[in-house]
Amino acid sequence: MSELFYDAAPNATRVAPERPGPRTYPAKPAEVTLFGTCVVDLFFPEAGLDAIRLLEREGIRVHFPQEQSCCGQPAWTSGYVNEAREVARAQLNLLDNGLPVVVPSGSCAGMFRQHYREVFAEEPDTLKRVDNLAERTFELTEFLLHVCKVDWQDLGQPTQIALHTSCSARREMNTHLHARELLGKLANVERLDHDHESECCGFGGTFSVRMPEVSGAMVLDKTRSLRESGAAEMVTADGGCLLNINGSLEKQKQTFRGRHLASFLWERVSGEVKP
Amino acid sequence: MSARRNILNKLRAGLAGTTPRPDDFDEGLVTRPWQYAPEDRITRLRSLMEAVHTEIHQLTCAEWPAKVQELLEHRGLKNLLYAPGTDHGQTLSEHWQQSNAAPELLAYDRPIEEWKEELFWQVDASVTGTVGGIAATGSLVLWPDRHEPRLMSLLPPLHIALLKASEVEDNLYGMMQKQNWSAGLPTNLLLVSGPSKTADIEQVLAYGAHGPKELVVLILEDA
Amino acid sequence: MSQRIPVKELTDSFRGRAVGALADDQLRTNFRVAMDSLMKKRADAFPDEEEREGLRELGNHIKARALSRLPDLLEQLETRLTANGVKVHWAETTEEANRIVHSIIEAKQGSQVVKGKSMVSEEMEMNDYLAERNIECLESDMGEYIVQLDGEKPSHIIMPAIHKNRFQVSKLFHDKLGVDETEDVNELIQIGRRTLRQKFLEADVGVSGVNFAIAETGTLLLVENEGNGRMSTTAPPVHIAVTGIEKVVENLRDVVPLLSLLTRSALGQPITTYVNMISGPRKADELDGPEEVHLVLLDNGRSGAFADAQLRQTLNCIRCGACMNHCPVYTRVGGHTYGEVYPGPIGKIITPHMVGLHKVPDHPSASSLCGACGEVCPVKIPIPEMLQRLRQENVKSPAEQPKVKDGGAKYSRKERAIWRFWARLNTSPVFYRLFLWGATRFGKLAPKNVGPWTENHSAPVPARRSLHDLAKAHLNQGDQR
Repeated sequence: MSELFYDAAPNATRVAPERPGPRTYPAKPAEVTLFGTCVVDLFFPEAGLDAIRLLEREGIRVHFPQEQSCCGQPAWTSGYVNEAREVARAQLNLLDNGLPVVVPSGSCAGMFRQHYREVFAEEPDTLKRVDNLAERTFELTEFLLHVCKVDWQDLGQPTQIALHTSCSARREMNTHLHARELLGKLANVERLDHDHESECCGFGGTFSVRMPEVSGAMVLDKTRSLRESGAAEMVTADGGCLLNINGSLEKQKQTFRGRHLASFLWERVSGEVKP
Repeated sequence: MSARRNILNKLRAGLAGTTPRPDDFDEGLVTRPWQYAPEDRITRLRSLMEAVHTEIHQLTCAEWPAKVQELLEHRGLKNLLYAPGTDHGQTLSEHWQQSNAAPELLAYDRPIEEWKEELFWQVDASVTGTVGGIAATGSLVLWPDRHEPRLMSLLPPLHIALLKASEVEDNLYGMMQKQNWSAGLPTNLLLVSGPSKTADIEQVLAYGAHGPKELVVLILEDA
Repeated sequence: MSQRIPVKELTDSFRGRAVGALADDQLRTNFRVAMDSLMKKRADAFPDEEEREGLRELGNHIKARALSRLPDLLEQLETRLTANGVKVHWAETTEEANRIVHSIIEAKQGSQVVKGKSMVSEEMEMNDYLAERNIECLESDMGEYIVQLDGEKPSHIIMPAIHKNRFQVSKLFHDKLGVDETEDVNELIQIGRRTLRQKFLEADVGVSGVNFAIAETGTLLLVENEGNGRMSTTAPPVHIAVTGIEKVVENLRDVVPLLSLLTRSALGQPITTYVNMISGPRKADELDGPEEVHLVLLDNGRSGAFADAQLRQTLNCIRCGACMNHCPVYTRVGGHTYGEVYPGPIGKIITPHMVGLHKVPDHPSASSLCGACGEVCPVKIPIPEMLQRLRQENVKSPAEQPKVKDGGAKYSRKERAIWRFWARLNTSPVFYRLFLWGATRFGKLAPKNVGPWTENHSAPVPARRSLHDLAKAHLNQGDQR
């Protein structure tokens, strides 16, 4: 969030926040909390389970507090800040135990790491706990790569995939770089670029229902570009984009599909191929 | 004026209780990436200007008037607008007399109102001096005055500019500091970095939109 | 692209216009090609990440410093300009600005005005205002000239005719100027040059915008590639510059980084062909230049944006156009879809302050918040943050006192109630898990047609068991913390 510098007055002119240095990562912990995210919860629960499995495979004990629900992003981006704050507060309280929080979605991780400061901007007393949560929040691929420092053997057949990264994951968390590096560790996986790779798929949460025509045009372009990459399938670390892209592909009666990155990684690493 | 008062009041209300931000201008950010060895300055300026269709010749003080004549005669141009009140203007007219050059020298020595039509439609070329150049962006600095009015470098389809090699600075910031611009700017100060162009149609670059279609820079290596 | 099923209530709205634009294959192609090219140009102009980010940060700080002293700087600018012989005028509204411009022209009994390029004059709808008073105001920027000839508004702030290809321009020139059609862009430009040259010669008044107004020296700085700006500000006997109150910077040296950021972000150029710095009218012994120079400072809602520190950042804008060049929405619908002077991301965040949210209620939501704009903004305006804030202002009830002009344009008790329900659901673990159970067990009964979603997607079917369920079973635990 844009910062107040030099002058404590609330109406002081703001400058952009200082560029963060590269993130320093802690040593691999014994326990983590998995924050599933509402989209994964309802539409891609297997991916959430695969995320748990990937973490357990690294010897980590995963907690899944049953009270968790949603990070609050849908209300926040729609302008319903009080409602967003209520839901965010519930998650903040729930996760307030010092454990690292691993999130299989870049946009929700970004909500915790960047936007909760804006959500609670008018509650200076809460900001300390918000900063604490931000410190402990990791998107799944970044956690596997930089905290677990995974060393994997690829048990799958040679394949080519296209990688889609959600805009917030890309811009707030550099997830595209983490995912590329992680996929690079799989010897039989070749990642292919696709046209206009960094362009939005058109989901944008409520954007897809508020501006369906423009959103529709965007997802048509994105699905075409993914198919034309030559890849066998698409993988993505974000459930919202996955819902959007697969939903469109199904509607178009295309055979090409996307999969959650967690499921793809689990399959390659465990050798378990699901139907 | 009440609009003035209202606007200023609104702005001041918005800033009530605040103090201005500090001046944290870091000149390194506009100088360090844009510094060149002296022998590289001209090379860089030249390559940037030529990339946008500027014609460049490097020669000596003794050679430039003949070059100007050659440029005009080669193009079959009928006249040349110049500034008699400048040193280079004097040099040029002396050469013109001595060599009996064909193109007619037109002196910009009276207000534009007296000959606007002619200036707009009948002048083929002009020659002006400069007060320097900028290597980082490939730019000439023009400081028009009563001797070399503003339109000299704008109206004719061909503009010839004299640039002294010793007056090429690394970057705009350095130029501003060296010439102490903030102490006093002229009515009009110009940076010219090539002939006029536009990409407004399909982003296809076309030259000679409204300003000169051709810019020729004569770099005087011994000046 | 095949046209989607017509949506009810579209009429004259962003969505309505978007539907039309999306179906226009020529427009889609023109914009896609153009935006890809502009994005590449910018990327090529900023090869060094460290240099780019350092400069953006400096640009952000320079604008913030200027805004933090805006009233003082405006007064200083006025003092210096006045001492230099420039007349300074202030206008709160576009109506006032038009009256001022008109009265200057009238005093000179002028009937022909030639305009350099000025987006502020578009805000004023100056051309129409003057035309109604029998004063011809001709655009001289090639792109603006083309759109004016066609009775259109510009579709991009830097490249106004970007939505047209050469065949369309050729036909336009043929129809309006009677010249032969040609596919040669050079020839088309020469036609424009000849036509406009006479206008520069004859014009009584030249109007321009201002890229940066420098308080320290009382200087107006303009950038351009064509030369029409220099023409408009030098050839006619009177020069009127119009600009927004946020364009003032403190020191001369402040323009150095801003200039570099502007030209490289806009068109990928190290510098524009001309940088034109004007500090006064013709002096007594000078032979050309306007005898009168005026500056009109326009508010038109900017002070409203200024009043709120978060929204004040909107005023950092140096009008480079990079945001719209990188916007996936703008690329697909073009500038006219926004229906107002400024299109694209900057258009969405500044227009509400100028015309009020009730006139542009869809502006804040016409974005997926992808963030491409904020990433390239040379002065680091946090555009997605501005959009989110405007969404917030848009749904406020009157009691909540929106801080943006005509806020609450999208206030809906029904929608508020839906989100209140959503909040209750997501803060009551029992409720939430009950919802999950229902959604997963009865997912197959979900409607096949879920409004706008199913226009573009197959009906979403929840999984058979939620992650809550699967995790519980897998971890064999209850509420472990």
